[in-house]
Amino acid sequence: MYRYDEFDHAFVKARVAQFSDQVARRLSGELTEDQFKPLRLQNGLYLQLHAYMLRVAIPYGVLSARQLRRLAHIARTWDRGFGHFTTRQNIQFNWTRLVDAPAILAALAEVEMHAIQTSGNCIRNVTTDPFAGVAADEIEDPRVWAEVLRQWSTIHPEFSFLPRKFKVALTGAAEDRAAILFHDIGIRLVKGRGADAGTTGFAIYVGGGQGRTPYVAQEIKAFLPKARLLSYLEAIMRVYNLHGRRDNLYKARIKILVNALGIEEFRRQVEDEWARIDAPSIDLPGAEHDRIARYFAPLPLKPRSAASTAVSARRRSDAAFDGWVRNNVTGHRVPGYAVVTISLKAPGMIPGDATDAQMDAVAGLAERYGHDEIRVTYTQNLVLANVARDDLPAVYDGLTAAGLATGNAELITDIIACPGLDYCNLANARSIPIAQDISRRFADPARAEAIGPLRLNISGCINACGHHHAGNIGILGVDKKGTEHYQITLGGSPRDDAEVGAILGPSFPAEAVADAIEKIVDVYLAARRDKTETFLAAYRRIGADPFKAALYGNDASHRRAARELAEAGA
Amino acid sequence: MTRLYKAGAFVADTWVSLDDRTTLPIDGRAIVPLARWRAELAELISAGLPIGVAVGPGEAVDPRTDNIDRLGVIAIAFAKFTDGRGYSQARMLREQAGYKGELRATGEILLDQVPLLERCGFDALAVSHAPTIAALERGHLPAIAQVYQPTGARPTAAAWLSRRSTTLVTERT
Repeated sequence: MYRYDEFDHAFVKARVAQFSDQVARRLSGELTEDQFKPLRLQNGLYLQLHAYMLRVAIPYGVLSARQLRRLAHIARTWDRGFGHFTTRQNIQFNWTRLVDAPAILAALAEVEMHAIQTSGNCIRNVTTDPFAGVAADEIEDPRVWAEVLRQWSTIHPEFSFLPRKFKVALTGAAEDRAAILFHDIGIRLVKGRGADAGTTGFAIYVGGGQGRTPYVAQEIKAFLPKARLLSYLEAIMRVYNLHGRRDNLYKARIKILVNALGIEEFRRQVEDEWARIDAPSIDLPGAEHDRIARYFAPLPLKPRSAASTAVSARRRSDAAFDGWVRNNVTGHRVPGYAVVTISLKAPGMIPGDATDAQMDAVAGLAERYGHDEIRVTYTQNLVLANVARDDLPAVYDGLTAAGLATGNAELITDIIACPGLDYCNLANARSIPIAQDISRRFADPARAEAIGPLRLNISGCINACGHHHAGNIGILGVDKKGTEHYQITLGGSPRDDAEVGAILGPSFPAEAVADAIEKIVDVYLAARRDKTETFLAAYRRIGADPFKAALYGNDASHRRAARELAEAGA
Repeated sequence: MTRLYKAGAFVADTWVSLDDRTTLPIDGRAIVPLARWRAELAELISAGLPIGVAVGPGEAVDPRTDNIDRLGVIAIAFAKFTDGRGYSQARMLREQAGYKGELRATGEILLDQVPLLERCGFDALAVSHAPTIAALERGHLPAIAQVYQPTGARPTAAAWLSRRSTTLVTERT
């Protein structure tokens, strides 16, 4: 993984000193809250319902064991003993005090971490594939370019006061595990064709996003030579910075500009700007690329026997272990190794939360069995990317002791949820109790596995931090005459077939949500052709009506729709 | 009151700002609204006097048609410090149009944005905010010496390469 050199260390230290000075000027009254707010946001400090929340950047979701231990230490020392991993592969601490912020940032700086640009109207932490560098379906390791983008976007003087926040994700694999099409800019490493054959470059997508106006990103550039990435991104950012709306908070994201102009006109403006930019002064010099790339050289893993007798024996005798291997262990590109997903979604737990003891336990396992590296996924889980298959039983036992051995990755209980009204002052409704209800309802691992892959996402308000638009099943908290209600959407997908889910019908009160989800699942199980037809595939085939009929059956129009569907099928 | 900050110190402002109608002083050195520059272009150029333009929020100088090589000052207004459009305008003028005259930031100029403004190519700041004036007077500038990107004030691709040598990337000397 990337290691700070003297320059990076000096930079982060100077940033801590700068922010300490800003806090002091705020406390002395020299800065008003309005003047201070953008500064604290760009250092990761939100004022929430009950306390300051500090969101720490985990660049592209990669951590060393030492860094994870430091996060545990922060949770213990300055918070209430836990942290919350987020959909931007970051971690947030929900109970910090403003006066402690400089000390926490200094503790982070010691382990090459910071909270820069985890909030505010700037370029946020760049995210990528949690299986980067080890996935069998990878064209090229995206972490090299994620690190380049981290450096390029860090206190970029031109783009520190954008119309609105700006999120970039990239992937280097055939399968998109980073939801790039739901980002302001999505970047995919691709193989060149025709004149570009034999080289790799980037396909660039722009204008994706969730919130109250969800859009799937559109392709703006089919093939960009890799060396030209920074100048091209500066061109996009500049067109947005100059022309993005600043009169209305809800229309300020780049997706609104792209859709107002149309992708053709937006592309023309970007290309014009790109042609005017002094690209050689902005694009990354080859030597600098090579310096960064060296940090991401593949680990020298000795190929091992692909079959592990220890694993096979344990699988035969231990059904829970067997299920965990099936769901949470993925192939590694080196034979005899595996990628392990550590679920932070045990039944009844808060999605994405980990205690200090759990973080320390995972750090220990990473040191012993995982080549000292942990990844954070945007689905709010952790990953050990380099585990010898023979070590899987030991890793599983270690996780079991820490309460982290739930074998439910990508199943219905692997829920993405925002902090919701329990913490957030934007929320209309709580997310956490809904997630807890649903995960308890489907706690039987055999049942969850029988349902198969199903992405269920919960947001406590229309800002969509819980990615409800992209869930196969999405749940959105709304305020209905002062009570918390939940709207259900179906058919969203965060992957290559990205789609925004469609609202099913009237919202439900909190206590009815788990029942509604159960009915939806039952409709799917009855309708699917066989076990290989996923929830999403079945939904796309049969449409929303059977689900509406199950949920709102006493409504005449839905009954009629269901009858028509049944007749059409007969 | 508003004071002009240039090259690390407050200096007397030798330019006057005029509205759309007031007659130019005898020696020029007037900053006129962009619309007036455009409307009275021939007249103003033929007078041969030093002149500048004031660019309001939402306006932009067009380097192709606005005769920027005849301008001694381009003053870009920040209606709010959170409106970042001026940063892009500054870089375009410096890096693309090759503008060499004074690039002045006006409006809500606060201490913590000073390093960013300078990195984008502004070399004069019209500051009204009293705590910012006081901080700058005692040399208290919250700048970070290490910068990751080459921008406006820096004419070459130094930043990416100069990160190997921290002495080269000091913002101010």
